[in-house]
Amino acid sequence: MAAPVSSVGKPSAERPPFSSTSFQKKTRSKLISIPGTRPSVQNGQLLVSTGVTSLDYLLGGGLAVGTVLLIEEDRFDSYSRMILKYFLAEGVVCRHELFVASAQDNPDDILQELPAPILDDVAIHKPVEQPRLSCEPQDNLDAMKIAWRYQNLPKVQSALASSSRFGHYYDVSKTMEPEIRQAAKCHRFYLPEHPTQSSTTHSRMIESYSALLKSLQEVIHREGFDLSTPMSMSRNILRVGLHSLGSALWNDDLSCHDDPMHSHALTTFLYGLRALLRSSLSVAVVTVPSHLIQDQALMGNITRLCDNAIALESFKGSERETNPLYKDYHGLLHVRQVPHLNCLASQLPDHKDLAFKLKRKQFSIEVCCQRLRAYSNKEQHYLNM
Amino acid sequence: MFTELNSILNATPDSFTQGEFILVSDRQSDASFLIHHFLSFYLRARCKVCFLGLVQSFSHYSAISQRLGVSLTQAREKGQLIFLEGLKESLSILIPQETTTGSQAMDFLRDPTVGLQRLYEFVRSSVSSDGGGEEGVEEWGPPVLLVDDVSVLLSLGVSAGAVLDFSHYCRATVCSQLQGNIVMLVRCHGEEAEDDGSDEGSEWLLKGLTHQCSLTLHVQGLPTGYCRDIHGQVEVCWRRRRGDGQHTQKKLFQYKVHDKGASFFAPGTSSAVL
Repeated sequence: MAAPVSSVGKPSAERPPFSSTSFQKKTRSKLISIPGTRPSVQNGQLLVSTGVTSLDYLLGGGLAVGTVLLIEEDRFDSYSRMILKYFLAEGVVCRHELFVASAQDNPDDILQELPAPILDDVAIHKPVEQPRLSCEPQDNLDAMKIAWRYQNLPKVQSALASSSRFGHYYDVSKTMEPEIRQAAKCHRFYLPEHPTQSSTTHSRMIESYSALLKSLQEVIHREGFDLSTPMSMSRNILRVGLHSLGSALWNDDLSCHDDPMHSHALTTFLYGLRALLRSSLSVAVVTVPSHLIQDQALMGNITRLCDNAIALESFKGSERETNPLYKDYHGLLHVRQVPHLNCLASQLPDHKDLAFKLKRKQFSIEVCCQRLRAYSNKEQHYLNM
Repeated sequence: MFTELNSILNATPDSFTQGEFILVSDRQSDASFLIHHFLSFYLRARCKVCFLGLVQSFSHYSAISQRLGVSLTQAREKGQLIFLEGLKESLSILIPQETTTGSQAMDFLRDPTVGLQRLYEFVRSSVSSDGGGEEGVEEWGPPVLLVDDVSVLLSLGVSAGAVLDFSHYCRATVCSQLQGNIVMLVRCHGEEAEDDGSDEGSEWLLKGLTHQCSLTLHVQGLPTGYCRDIHGQVEVCWRRRRGDGQHTQKKLFQYKVHDKGASFFAPGTSSAVL
């Protein structure tokens, strides 16, 4: 099940600064709040942020826990990779655990490229520094002039364990500092490190996808993300990032042949992935090079086996790059599918013509009314997302 | 259940046609809201329901049915509802483990060329009554088979021919033998003419199932484009077989899905327009 909120509980936005009495209200149900999540206003679904606030808005407030977001890659895999990095960076900032799988680049390289969060209210856990003795040479800048009696007390970061904000902003010109990144637990799956098993698989999936599914299930069981394990005091979310599934590097021939031999490998894998996610506290973002897949029916099947689906079409290298109509954008964004889980009606976005632009501090998605621009070149319609 | 749809189909939980094969199909839209309607309808009609939930978890259907006024957990406990949770059962097959538990209904994942025989056997054992040996077992009405959805079987490697065989066997057992009903959901994408005549494809499956069924509800987006207030159109087609040959009657409605149901209206009479 995509985790309904009733079993997990709303995150406590306000905490009493201190308890003035010893009286503790007895709560009948054990509400466990997970940092970095919030309930959906539409159907009470537990949501996490994708790291891109405008994308969260398009998807109905965020990504529901237990669902898959499919990103159809743009031609050079630049912006889809960027969104994947935003997703993982958001996981680091919210103190979620990460699972990164890739066949092309080492997951460590992807993790090193994560954008730096803009740190107004993100607390960084610095290790508690040792109290300095007065005879040790001190940094002059740190020396207190007025409250010098408190100079020697240990410096303690009294900030919250994780930011209480939902969705953060990132500066793409800088990479995340290693100390922030290493605070989050990351699990890796790098396909060249997993030798192909000689035993035949038990289904239509090819070995690489089987190994990936098995590895993911092991991580879910071992780290306690399974919904069937008894509720302990602290639950966390596992963010799964799968890079470029369906490409030839995964030993899949979907993107190579018109009539692929393994035509059902990726769809079977996505079915298994959905099964895993619905029964655990995890969220997945999968990127697929759809521009290489010729069969539209197959792309339709892949889309339907994922819950959310967006497609990126970048202008780079196409004639639209120099087209003055599109000069303010980097590409078009199409929302292919929005799920309706645990409710009848889905929340499709109001507008279908969306364009994106990767700015330094924001990945913005705006309504692109270029078709109405016959009259004026200057007016643009911005939907404040 | 949607009251407007009941009046369109001329059916109430107390009286509905038996032995019907209802095909719900969609093209580039989502007809699963109709499956929820039929699920709550037949549960209210006190039928014995076998539900093959292949694409979503049990709690998804349970949450929606709650809003429509039916409790799936209660129905399952009482024995009225037999629910195959495809996702959960598939994991033990896709990730091979030492002990295989659970029914073998999803065995086709191991080798899809084998066909859906195990799935059919699961259906048959679910819908046939137990023989009245136990005391206190409630007597339910005619059996109903609901499948959500059949197209995912194609995605998992099963051929369209095998799916048609499966539906034919189910129809023979459920509709003809036991005078029950079947509701299946088929999902297509793309334009109708795009299929290049290949053997396996959802178009071929749709045509085959349309031929087998007695009532189709085809859900599509509006031909004029995307609209927020009208979610699409439903074409209801009765294919009743009478003594004088086929009698086909078609009706077109537009619909809008809300939180607790769906409203159907004649084209052009949406409350957003009038």
